[in-house]
Amino acid sequence: MQPFTTLAGVAAPIDEANVDTNQLCPTRFNKVPRGPKYAEILFYDQRNDTDGKRTDFLLNRPPYDQSQLIVGDSNFGCGSSRETAVYALYEFGIRCVIAPSFGDIFDANCAKNGLLTVALPIATCASLRAMLHASPGMTFAIDLEAQTVTDGQGDVHRFDISPIRKRCLLNGYDDISRTQEYRPAIEAFEARHRTTHPWMFR
Amino acid sequence: MSNAPAAAPRTLFRKLWDNHHVVTDEGESLLYIDRALAQENTYHAFVALEAQGRQVMRPEQIYAFTDHYVPTTGRAKGLAGIPVAEIRNMVVQLQDFARKYGINLYGIDHSQQGIMHIVPPELGIVQPGLALIGNDSHTSTHGAFGCLAYGVGASEFAHVMATQTLWQTLPSTLRIRVDGRLGFGVSAKDLILAIISTIGADGATDHAIEYAGSAIQALSMEARMTVCNMSIEAGGRAGMVAPDDTTFAYLDGRECSPKGAAWERALDFWRTLPSDTGATFDREVVLDASLIAPTVTWGVSPAHALPIDTAVPDPSQAGNDKQRGEWASAIEYMGLQAGMALSDIRVDRVFIGSCTNARIEDLRAAAEVARLGKAQVPTWVVPGSQTVRRQAEAEGLDRVFIDAGFEWRDPGCSLCTAINGDQLEPGERCVSTSNRNFRNRQGPGGRTHLASPAMAAAAAINGRLVDVRTLIG
Ligand code: SF4
Repeated sequence: MQPFTTLAGVAAPIDEANVDTNQLCPTRFNKVPRGPKYAEILFYDQRNDTDGKRTDFLLNRPPYDQSQLIVGDSNFGCGSSRETAVYALYEFGIRCVIAPSFGDIFDANCAKNGLLTVALPIATCASLRAMLHASPGMTFAIDLEAQTVTDGQGDVHRFDISPIRKRCLLNGYDDISRTQEYRPAIEAFEARHRTTHPWMFR
Repeated sequence: MSNAPAAAPRTLFRKLWDNHHVVTDEGESLLYIDRALAQENTYHAFVALEAQGRQVMRPEQIYAFTDHYVPTTGRAKGLAGIPVAEIRNMVVQLQDFARKYGINLYGIDHSQQGIMHIVPPELGIVQPGLALIGNDSHTSTHGAFGCLAYGVGASEFAHVMATQTLWQTLPSTLRIRVDGRLGFGVSAKDLILAIISTIGADGATDHAIEYAGSAIQALSMEARMTVCNMSIEAGGRAGMVAPDDTTFAYLDGRECSPKGAAWERALDFWRTLPSDTGATFDREVVLDASLIAPTVTWGVSPAHALPIDTAVPDPSQAGNDKQRGEWASAIEYMGLQAGMALSDIRVDRVFIGSCTNARIEDLRAAAEVARLGKAQVPTWVVPGSQTVRRQAEAEGLDRVFIDAGFEWRDPGCSLCTAINGDQLEPGERCVSTSNRNFRNRQGPGGRTHLASPAMAAAAAINGRLVDVRTLIG
């Protein structure tokens, strides 16, 4: 996993609440193997009309076609567990999504792929989006170590993140390697669990 | 294990959590996972695992289902019956991975094939007290048995295959208590739609939900599964119901249920699981079942649900600008007019199926209504599994559907997620017993109204949304 330390880039405002993972990656693309193709898949049905022609959806237009951040609304990434939604954001170039709240599974999927999710209050997100609409192409900066977002007007917004997620993102740690350190504890637990709940094992 | 003194009252959720807790590291807990459920899209997890050169730790605890990509006609031909190579390949890949790693496989030709949230309960693979994950958001379904059931993405699924564990932060707890009795013609689907419209599509984010109260206790296992299935549509990380005699009676004698002395021992343990008297929840929501009417969605979120005898909301009446914008764009996408009666909405198609509502009880409820008329629009009935299909055919339900002009198809996810080739045309309006009415969910430009099986069948024979209570009884 690519480490995430700092980021400075164009931020795109996505105003709608409840952006589901099916919008980020329409179901029919779930069969595509992970790779650069996912850049085209992001928001496919909004970015293309039914004849396959490009629409004027925000992410199709400069400067937003170069976006590295998205500022969204509540419940961003709700719905299906598909990790392809994160592949699509990542391949498009998005490294950070800021929103008031996230779908739980999406949030976890982002962290496993080096993509930072930042939860900020609903009013802050609304004013950040308004700022971006007023000044298209504005860049935001993230400093993960300091846990800050600096908006295009220079205002600094602190955010919370679990220490472990922060450490994994900063170092690009692979989750499974981290867990393997606990292998003896897992096996001891399992042996006990088998003795106390034998019917759970076939 | 828990640091709580033995006497401290605990919730069902907390007992399940404590029973699977291996270690805590910087605020995250490592949970032991008893069962993991895969589907065709899980190939992303297998590919990641292979790229890292890792093995599957306990293949006998992993189960793979072919459901999302299988066709719902022509199944006698097996794999050869899938005309599109890319779709066929998804089924082939999963089957190949499953065989390679020695994972339990319910492949396209298996006599018990079906949806990953329908087959495990039928076979007793799901039991109270387990911790289970699925590479699918509707894994919450299994919480109906009083187990911890999480939906996860490909990376976390790969993690479970490699380590048999999952890192989690302790969620908050939410008890949704529903007391009283559901009225005539009102089902578990109406109940969960009413709950979601009450608390919102993110109303349970970062919470584990326990459904409780007399109305929940009165539900069958099938109905509890319908409720728990849609926990994720309220943002819930998990949804569960305390195991009771209904649960035990359902599991007794199933293929993978414990037998003999093991059954007795399991029962003793299962009876300790319900939340203790005095256990506290971080939040509580209370609903009166008797006030719930047959409910349908009018918009593009499961929270956009209203009783059938009401009207499409008027954005000018919205509480704030944000809601006004959300309603207006939903109404536009759905091709409706603000203020029109829900029962004036004409439909183009009906889909009865999915892991929410394709169990035997659901098909019985739909058949009851199908007997009363003839389909006015194309209507599909897609059983959730081969076991459901055989049971329905033994009861003659397939004949009822066919006589009413409904199409009786083979088991799979089908039009719920529109990935096997079954999909709506742009602009088509479908009444669906599935769980998501998101934009484009049933095909690009498709419009979905979620409803119960009886309400869906009622829409089929009327060609429009209709209150099923006016047809039966
Ligand atoms: S029936 Fe629908 S919701 Fe259920 S597992 Fe299949 S695609 Fe997912």
